[in-house]
Amino acid sequence: VIDAVLHVLVLLTVPPLLQGVIVKTKARFAGRVGAPLLQPYFDLAKLVRKEMVISRTTSWVFLAGPAVTLTATVSAALLLPFGGMTAPVHFAGDLILFAYLLALGRFFTAAAALDTGSAFEGMGAAREVTFACLAEPALFLGLVALVKLSGSLELSGMLAPGIGMAWGRAAPTMVMIVAGLFVLVLAENARIPVDDPNTHLELTMIHEVMVLDHSGPALAAVLYGSSIKLFAMGAILIQLVVPVALGSVLLDWGVFLAAMVAFAIVVGVVESCMARLRLLYVPNLLVGAGVVTGFGLLLLLVG
Amino acid sequence: MAVSGMIAGLFRRRPMVADRVAAGLLGLGAVVGLGGAMAAVASPAAHGLAWPWALPWGRFLVAVDGISAAFLFPTLLVPALAGIYGVGYWSQQAHPESAARVRVFLGLLAGAMTTLLVARDAVLFLMAFEAMTLSAFFLVTTEDGKPEVREAGWVYLAASHASFITLLAMFSALHALTGSFDLTAVAPGSMGLGTRSVLFLLALVAFGVKAGVMPFHVWLPPAHASAPSHVSALMSGVLIKTGIYGIVRVLEMLPEPPVAWGVLLLLLGAASGIGGVAFAIAQHDVKRLLAYHSIENIGIIVMGIGLAVVGRATHAPLLVVLGLGAAVLHVWNHAIFKALLFLSAGVVVHATGTRDIDRMGGLGRALPWSSALFTLGAVAICGLPPLNGFVSELILYLGALESLKVPEVRLGALVAPVLAVIGALACACFVKVVGSVFLGMARDPTVRPGGEGAWSMRAPMLILASLCVVLGVVPVIAFPALDAAVASWMGQPGAGDLPHLREILPFPAIGIAVAVVGAVAAGLWWVLTRAARGGQIAGTWDCGYPRVTSRMQYTGSSFGRTLVDLLHPILRPHRHDPVLAGAFPERSAFRLHVGDVVFERWVLPLVERFADRCSRLRARQSHRIQVYIVYVVAATVGLLLFLIDMREILRAAAFK
Repeated sequence: VIDAVLHVLVLLTVPPLLQGVIVKTKARFAGRVGAPLLQPYFDLAKLVRKEMVISRTTSWVFLAGPAVTLTATVSAALLLPFGGMTAPVHFAGDLILFAYLLALGRFFTAAAALDTGSAFEGMGAAREVTFACLAEPALFLGLVALVKLSGSLELSGMLAPGIGMAWGRAAPTMVMIVAGLFVLVLAENARIPVDDPNTHLELTMIHEVMVLDHSGPALAAVLYGSSIKLFAMGAILIQLVVPVALGSVLLDWGVFLAAMVAFAIVVGVVESCMARLRLLYVPNLLVGAGVVTGFGLLLLLVG
Repeated sequence: MAVSGMIAGLFRRRPMVADRVAAGLLGLGAVVGLGGAMAAVASPAAHGLAWPWALPWGRFLVAVDGISAAFLFPTLLVPALAGIYGVGYWSQQAHPESAARVRVFLGLLAGAMTTLLVARDAVLFLMAFEAMTLSAFFLVTTEDGKPEVREAGWVYLAASHASFITLLAMFSALHALTGSFDLTAVAPGSMGLGTRSVLFLLALVAFGVKAGVMPFHVWLPPAHASAPSHVSALMSGVLIKTGIYGIVRVLEMLPEPPVAWGVLLLLLGAASGIGGVAFAIAQHDVKRLLAYHSIENIGIIVMGIGLAVVGRATHAPLLVVLGLGAAVLHVWNHAIFKALLFLSAGVVVHATGTRDIDRMGGLGRALPWSSALFTLGAVAICGLPPLNGFVSELILYLGALESLKVPEVRLGALVAPVLAVIGALACACFVKVVGSVFLGMARDPTVRPGGEGAWSMRAPMLILASLCVVLGVVPVIAFPALDAAVASWMGQPGAGDLPHLREILPFPAIGIAVAVVGAVAAGLWWVLTRAARGGQIAGTWDCGYPRVTSRMQYTGSSFGRTLVDLLHPILRPHRHDPVLAGAFPERSAFRLHVGDVVFERWVLPLVERFADRCSRLRARQSHRIQVYIVYVVAATVGLLLFLIDMREILRAAAFK
């Protein structure tokens, strides 16, 4: 029970910190001091207190977008194991619920964007759902490979520390899965090289442009939800790359959180060293990720 | 007793003078029939009735086993709801010339489908099949004043009869081999693998046409688009499922299927699933779009049957339960949410007078009920939790992952990524529909939406919507019927050695979990709405541009354009790009049109060539009745000579 409470607490409080770490890393690369690490928390607190401005073309769907997305993301993250612990909620086949909860969030975010009747937000919604069609098969190819490797149908079993053994048995497959998943994490969370989280006014935006009209508490829900999504998807990678269980609860959490901070630094480094891809090349990148994970799965099935 | 209930349900559906009486009788028949189906699930031994009749072949033999009962539930429910909806949608006052026709054939169609599902004699089955085809033809061509409706009707009639002839060949061959018209399992070992495979392929083509499996789907999109909306709901929800029933029934009859049949079904299902949704994204006509989604969902169902066949061939009972269970549950789910979508789309078409998505927009204001119900149906058809579509897809995913353990079909696990692609594409498509029909601003000022329509239209939609929620949260209530279907498919009714669906996953807990997710989301929405009450109301912020007009919105076509471009090797779109040249460019527009590739490139040329060949026979047409009489006499004599044993006659002559 204590594990579950701790899991929920970490999930609800830590995610904005990752955003802070990423921003700090990028600032250091640019030779600046950068905003304080806790800036994302201050931003959220400020937004919650602000007044909302609502477009007169919108309907109930507009606010259902952030509400459903935040709820679905948090529930999806409750299915993931953090560190050596099992997830608070787990059952055979929960990996499918995980993917479909994220899809539910995407459905409502895109619908809320179309609700404003704005050209920009329609554009963002169209891109989001299009790229999702390319990202989903890559995600599922990776998940099927993990099911085969771990012999478990639960995320808590697939991402348990035992998966470390797979690095010895099927190292090429693991490398391919991790590479494919890393691309997916960047794409799904609106990071460079797929999307640029810093700009709002660019025609090439995807995720940020969908929430142009949200303000105040609604925008806070959107930002909080996306930081949790980054945390959750990062946690999948960390469970695969750092499958450590030291036996002590405190040590395990420490290792896990340190690894998550390291993950945020890596994302920051990637963002500092790369330019955003031209939008036309994003499908190639995502299909590439799918092909790589698919090849990893084929190695398992045929070999 | 179950059967007497069924038959009472069947024959009471006679059309009456008034709308209400007809709808009431349909509903009453459905209630009686549903009671019968439930009784059949509760007591698994087959109930049957057999009457001789005066025809030279076959007899009136009906029975209800697990498979029939499982398919009876949607087949009884949807026509009754469609009938009630029809009272408001296609009333006697609004359509004096065709209302009676719709009522008569709606009842006949419902009766024919029910008979088809309980028939255990091939001749009776074929008669019900033909009655179903013809009544559906008259329903599709309700508005036969329009040329496109007539064309859709002819394509449907031709496709259905191609299916009927194939089926006739299959049942004749079966009769020749077994000497019986009964639809019962063939004794194992009595037929070679080659014979069984030919029978299976004949059945697959015949029922594939009926079910709309790609590439046999050509009749489906135009027929669904042309029919009145409640008829489309009936056709998409249950009529095409009779094809699925046929495939399941024939697979039950043929013993010892090889793995290859399962793999063939998996491939066909994957092609249908991806192809159906890909074509759907490119459509502008809301009902045509929904029709292509039927092809997609049939693909999902066929993949489930494929997994079950693989499981049966490799003696993996868990795979059979997951595959067939998912398929049958998806038959129910698709009947429910597709009927809901067609009925609410019917309200939209009724209110706006157009089916073109690109001319709609912002209809959520004028049609609050229908827009909310359509959105719910859209979430369900995308397979998203907490609604019913998620449950059947979850079971199918589990089946795909289970097939990792079967060494003969290691690539069967690829069903999971295929389903993921289908799900993501369906999501894209329904975001497009919901967004461009109900949200945003009105696009075309000439479209003035009317009201929601009568309560008789709203009530059936509300029932379907609540079924989506109930089956999503407590799917266990459907499991006894699914388990009974699986048991009788495996030829062991009532046997306890098959795994039960409810024991595979903690479904009640999952249901509670997804219900909590839904409740929390609703609560958060309420909190945000309260917070917004004190806020300002302003125009949409379009990056500083002050004069936002509705024409700047993304249309359905532009929304789907990137995906259509990505999928162009499959879709072969006809594209018209805007031409902007010179200092003062003229008016120009972007248009994107996708026809049905299979129909335009394969079926139409083939049919035209055939018609061309046949036209040579026209030389024999002399337009003189005497010559025709000679033809008739010659044909009769020829047939008689064929039937009479010549040696017999010669012997008789020799005696004299």
